Amino acid sequence: MARVAEELFVQAARAPAPEPRLAPAGLVTRPMVVAFLALATTPLWLGALGLYQYLALEITIWMIFALGYNLLLGHAGLPSFGHGAYFGVGAYAFGLAQKHLVASLWIDLGLAVLAGAAAGAIVAAFISHRRGIYYALLTIAFGQVFWFVAIKWHSVTGGEDGLLDLRRLPADFGFASFSLQSNEALFFFALAAFALVVVGLWRLVHSPFGRILHAVKQNEARAAFVGHDVWLYKWLAFVISAAIAGLAGALFAMAQQSAYPNVMSLHNSGFVVMMVLIGGGLVSFWGPVIGAAFFILARDLLGAYTETWLLWYGLLFMAMVLFKPEGIAGLWQQYVGRRAR
Amino acid sequence: MTPLFEAKRLGKRFGDAVVLEDINLAFAEGRLSGIMGPNGAGKTTCFHCLTGRYKPDRGEVWFAGENITGLAPRAIARRGIARSFQIMSLFDDMTALENVLVATPGLRARGFDMARDAAAATGLAEEAAATLARVGLRGKELARARSLAYGERRALEIAVALAARPRLLFLDEPTAGLGAEGTARLAELVRELKRSLTIVIIEHDMPFLFGLADHVSVIHWGQVIARGTPDELRANPWVQRSNLGALA
Repeated sequence: MARVAEELFVQAARAPAPEPRLAPAGLVTRPMVVAFLALATTPLWLGALGLYQYLALEITIWMIFALGYNLLLGHAGLPSFGHGAYFGVGAYAFGLAQKHLVASLWIDLGLAVLAGAAAGAIVAAFISHRRGIYYALLTIAFGQVFWFVAIKWHSVTGGEDGLLDLRRLPADFGFASFSLQSNEALFFFALAAFALVVVGLWRLVHSPFGRILHAVKQNEARAAFVGHDVWLYKWLAFVISAAIAGLAGALFAMAQQSAYPNVMSLHNSGFVVMMVLIGGGLVSFWGPVIGAAFFILARDLLGAYTETWLLWYGLLFMAMVLFKPEGIAGLWQQYVGRRAR
Repeated sequence: MTPLFEAKRLGKRFGDAVVLEDINLAFAEGRLSGIMGPNGAGKTTCFHCLTGRYKPDRGEVWFAGENITGLAPRAIARRGIARSFQIMSLFDDMTALENVLVATPGLRARGFDMARDAAAATGLAEEAAATLARVGLRGKELARARSLAYGERRALEIAVALAARPRLLFLDEPTAGLGAEGTARLAELVRELKRSLTIVIIEHDMPFLFGLADHVSVIHWGQVIARGTPDELRANPWVQRSNLGALA
């Protein structure tokens, strides 16, 4: 028996090593199932914690926004500091379509996504040949342009008041129609959108496009010298990211039943950056999801104790960037790594 | 014989400084050509003009019968010209396998596929692994580029260039920073590559270059001051006067 085992061991040692391969990404992973279940069960346990369903809805919408934003920052290495603009464009497009075009959830949502993508496409066409600080400054400048238009173009956008009395349109599937009037119903609708975005982005970042985007992030010049059209990859990443921001913005307009300039402000653009960085978007796909939940919960829980919650959150952000720039996901990876050793 | 690659009357200046003046170079297919010259001679600028990083102010660059002057690096790369870099230019946080994989024409062709898993693309990882094995990096496939030893990173530089399956390979000072043992290993690798590729090397290490090259051009003061086989150059008075003869 021992001899057989020894022979098997020798044979195994002599056999050629298996060809190294890329780890398959899978379509639906275990963390996805955990995240979907955790969110889907919020109506069962949120109240027991003294929280409310609208909070879960808001968190889910910001998760979508942050995931889309992280395609740009975390996966392509492109720092946009004016991304609130595309969130706002989505919100306004949804509202305007509903008020002036047709009151259909699917058409209005589709138009919001298209409007976000179109705004992103125009801006990205101007900035995709830049990188680093120039790229970041241009995103701020364009973001401010959108914000300014939202404030000043009163006849269309409603000026500082924004678009009010937007409806939560029903989700009509032809054979059945579901009302989204309640926060709980709208939350489940947003959760479905979140699931689609998660699965889609997961697949995208592991696709050939995602791999090349990752290469562009690490070394733009070398990516060009091996034949990739770096400009086009950067442009596409921006457009997809802006389209997802548009979707999140439309959901936000439904949640708030209004669209107003503040959603496009530099403030809002900064929030999504903070979410992604604190969550650990630079090292993990799940960083933006963690960061968005952490931010909104911190706002509500800290906000219950002090009006200056943002000061404390800002200090936490500074500490995180200084001492653990990999964010909460980085801390988790470190913990898991230590346990594995 | 028509050369595979040709630079005709190439000129480049930065402000008042004329870096290249009337450079003429021709590289024959299947041969290993060298470019040498002292520091500041304009070798690297010349290399950048030939591979698309800089647009020459005047003159023309021809490859396989096509005028490629001023084309973007990606367009030049797609025509079958690859290059390595003197200051290493890798995808540092990616594994050696991924570094090579993203440079393969197979992945490039699928570059706008956003729906399928790259890991499911048949043959690409195997092709990348074979390229790594070719440069002596078998067993290092899953190591991050930044964690590799200096000599291994140099080999990976070449592997990334080779992954594009080029017809012409430019190597920019490939021995930079390598010790005697690393240089010897690299010479062996280049000798092996020479059997299937047209190669152009810019090099400071004259024994390395003269031991491999079929033909060498000497650049000094932004001009080609001499050209010929290594033996011819050793005897060339211009080369000796420019203090390069002693190095050879």
